[in-house]
Amino acid sequence: MYILVAGGGKVGANLARLLLRAGHEVTLIEQRADRFAALEEEFEHIVQRGDATELFILERAGIKRPPDLVLAVTGDDEDNLVICQIAKEKYHVPKVIARVNDPRNQAHFDLLGISPTICATSNIMGLIEHEVPEHELVHLLELRNENLEIVEVQIAEGSPGAGKRVERLEMPDGARLISVTRGGQSEIAVGSTELRPGDQVLAILQPGKEDELRRVLLKR
Amino acid sequence: MIGCGRVGSSIARQLLSEGWEVTVVDEKEDALARLGEGWPGGFVVGHGMDVDVLRAAGIEEADAVVVSTDGDNTNLVIGQVAQKRFDNQCVVVRVLDPARAAFYEERGLRTVCPTSTAIDVLTEAVRTCAVPEKMEVG
Repeated sequence: MYILVAGGGKVGANLARLLLRAGHEVTLIEQRADRFAALEEEFEHIVQRGDATELFILERAGIKRPPDLVLAVTGDDEDNLVICQIAKEKYHVPKVIARVNDPRNQAHFDLLGISPTICATSNIMGLIEHEVPEHELVHLLELRNENLEIVEVQIAEGSPGAGKRVERLEMPDGARLISVTRGGQSEIAVGSTELRPGDQVLAILQPGKEDELRRVLLKR
Repeated sequence: MIGCGRVGSSIARQLLSEGWEVTVVDEKEDALARLGEGWPGGFVVGHGMDVDVLRAAGIEEADAVVVSTDGDNTNLVIGQVAQKRFDNQCVVVRVLDPARAAFYEERGLRTVCPTSTAIDVLTEAVRTCAVPEKMEVG
């Protein structure tokens, strides 16, 4: 594949190195003079100097071919967003991946149809939720286009959901249970499924319904 | 008015003097000084990428949004957020790079490119001060 990497910081440089090792053709674009000089030592003609949001810089880097993939991984979210829009819509690059530096900017990428995105902070937060037990509600999957998410909930001793059948739970609108896992065995949650302490429950819900779900299943 | 530099502050003052109700957003509180003493309009300190800041500045009720921070890409993103998320019908965005300005203009964003204007004006200034002998040679 021919891959254009915009941004030669730690993320961009490491990606370029791995992609080259995997046998791909890569062009790396870096704007800062000192950083470019350091990269040139290692990457030689693979790295080009310039602002990857300027059309002539992108064209010099071969965006008209077009590349199979553009990675916008600078440290600036606005730049990453604009690079992806230009790549997709002006040069018809079939696939773009954007780095989100500030998770608060995720909504802007979603609004403007830039997907997939990757945000280190959000990923680490997801791991924290998964690893640290007091975060009882774990985000497993975001279905952004559908505006739904799948979460995992652990039923504890004394949780309001414990000992209740699914049909007797006062589930909020916009939230449904999917499955119950107990002792390594999973089954689809139906009305007659009874929740017990220690159960791991998957639920699908609209973003923003987490607190209501917590109240129904978890709040002591 | 997002961005209160030389351009933004002047537009804000001009529109206010024409009877508009104006709220200015800038990251730096110091920027308020550019609006002159006793600025009667609104002023919100914060980044234009932050939708809470935009809401605090009244973007949901605004008749027009002008985006003129010192970053082209920041302006382009904020402009699109104003247009698509807040459904504002009159969004004007300053973009210094003529190429990007043209691309986003094609996509339905109203961009103003001071660089293009400067190129036209300066070129015309040179043309009109050229000495006659040169013109004959040319």
